[in-house]
Amino acid sequence: MNEQAKMGLEADAKQQPDFSVLLFNVGENQNREAFANIFQHFAPRVKSYMLKLGGVDEIAEELAQQTLLQVWRKAQQFDPGKAAASTWIFRIARNIRIDVLRKQKHFFDDDFDMAEIEDEQEDAEVTINREQKNRYVAIALAELPQDQAQIIRMSFYDGLSHGEIAKQLEIPLGTVKSRIRLAFGRLRESLYLKSGEMA
Amino acid sequence: MSIHHHLSDTTLGAFTAGTLIESISLVVASHISLCPDCRKRRDQLENIGGLQLLHAEPEGMSADALQKVMIKLGKQDQPLASHSTNDSIPSLFEGPTSPVGKPDIPQPLRAYVPDRLEDVEWKSMAPGIKYFAISGLETSGGTLSLLKIAPGVNIPEHGHQGIELTQVLKGSFSDEIGRFGVGDIADLDSDIEHQPIADTNEACICLIATEAPLKFAGLMPRLVQYFSGM
Repeated sequence: MNEQAKMGLEADAKQQPDFSVLLFNVGENQNREAFANIFQHFAPRVKSYMLKLGGVDEIAEELAQQTLLQVWRKAQQFDPGKAAASTWIFRIARNIRIDVLRKQKHFFDDDFDMAEIEDEQEDAEVTINREQKNRYVAIALAELPQDQAQIIRMSFYDGLSHGEIAKQLEIPLGTVKSRIRLAFGRLRESLYLKSGEMA
Repeated sequence: MSIHHHLSDTTLGAFTAGTLIESISLVVASHISLCPDCRKRRDQLENIGGLQLLHAEPEGMSADALQKVMIKLGKQDQPLASHSTNDSIPSLFEGPTSPVGKPDIPQPLRAYVPDRLEDVEWKSMAPGIKYFAISGLETSGGTLSLLKIAPGVNIPEHGHQGIELTQVLKGSFSDEIGRFGVGDIADLDSDIEHQPIADTNEACICLIATEAPLKFAGLMPRLVQYFSGM
C-alpha cells in the first residue's frame, strides 16, 4: 500500500469514534446514545456479513439486530484492555452465524474470555489500548498482497473453509494454506514491530 | 503442565473464522483451554475478523431497525446468564465446575465423555489399542474419538487426507515429529506420515479428530490388517 493510502487509513481511524470507549460506556452506564453510535456503524456491516449466509435480506437484518442486542446485553463483560471493540463484536456475530448456519455448537466462550483465568505472564504491551494496536493490524492488513488479502477475506468474512476457498479459486489447498500462513506472518510481524516502536 | 506442541496458524485461523467442522473445533477448543500461548495467538487472529467487520461495505438496515432494538433494550437490562444462545454449551474458561472428577478432561470436552477417564467404556480396536467414539457432533465423514494406547504399543504408520488433530489427555506418545505429553497437540497436515508410539509405562489417552477418512482403507481396517498380520 502506498503512503497516501496508509495516511488515508490513519485519518479514517481518527475520524471514527473510539468504539472501545463507546462500548465501555454501554457496559458501565447502559448509555443508549453510545449504543446508538455503535449500532449505526456496526449493524449495517454485521448485516452484510450475515448476508453471506445465503442472501436473504430479512434474515440478515434480523441477525444483525440480534447481534447488536447481544452487544448491549454483554457489554458489561467487555474489557478494553483485552480486546478491541471490533474484535469483540466480531466474536458475537461469528458465534451467532455459526449457531444459525450449522445448528452447530460453536465452542467459543460466551463470556468472551473476559472471565478467563489470567494468563501467567501478561506482558506490558497488554496495557496499551487494543484499539491502538488494532490500527497497526489494519494497516498491515491493507498492505497485504492482493492474493493473500483475498483469501483472508474469504475465510474471515465470507466464512468459507480452506477447502471451499481452494475450490472457488481453483488453486490447490496447499496454496491456500501457505498464503494464509504468509499473511498471518506479516500481520504478526507488523504488530510486533509497531508495538516495539511504541514501547 | 508445560506445553511444547501447538496448533498451526492455519488451523487456528480457520477456528477463529468459524469455518472448522464441529469435531475439529472441539479438539482445538480443548487445547486452547489449556494453552495460554495458543489463546494469545487466537486473540491476535480474531482481530483480523474484527477489522474485516469494521471496514466492511455496509448493507442498508430498515429505517426502524435501531428503534426496534432500542425498545428491546429496556426489557433486558438485567445481566443475562452467560449461556444465552446455547444453554448446553459449557463455557471454555469458566473454571472447574465440578470439584471432583474430570481433572484430566479439558472443559470443552466434558459434555461428551464420562466424568472420569477411568469410567470410559472402551471398545477394542486392535491389540493394545482401544477407542471410545464421541457422538453428538458433526464430523463430515471424519472421526472423533478417544484413543487409549497401551504402553509400548504403536499405531501403524499412516497418512491422512485432511487435518488430523491429536490432543494428549494422559500419558505421552512419540512419533517422527517429537514427544507429546499432556496438553500437547499434534496438528498434522495431509502430507505427513507418522507412527505414534505410547512411550512410557503408562497408557496414553488422546482425543483425536480427523477431517476425512484416513488414506487407503481407513485407520480401523488398516489397524486390524496390520495387527492380524503380525
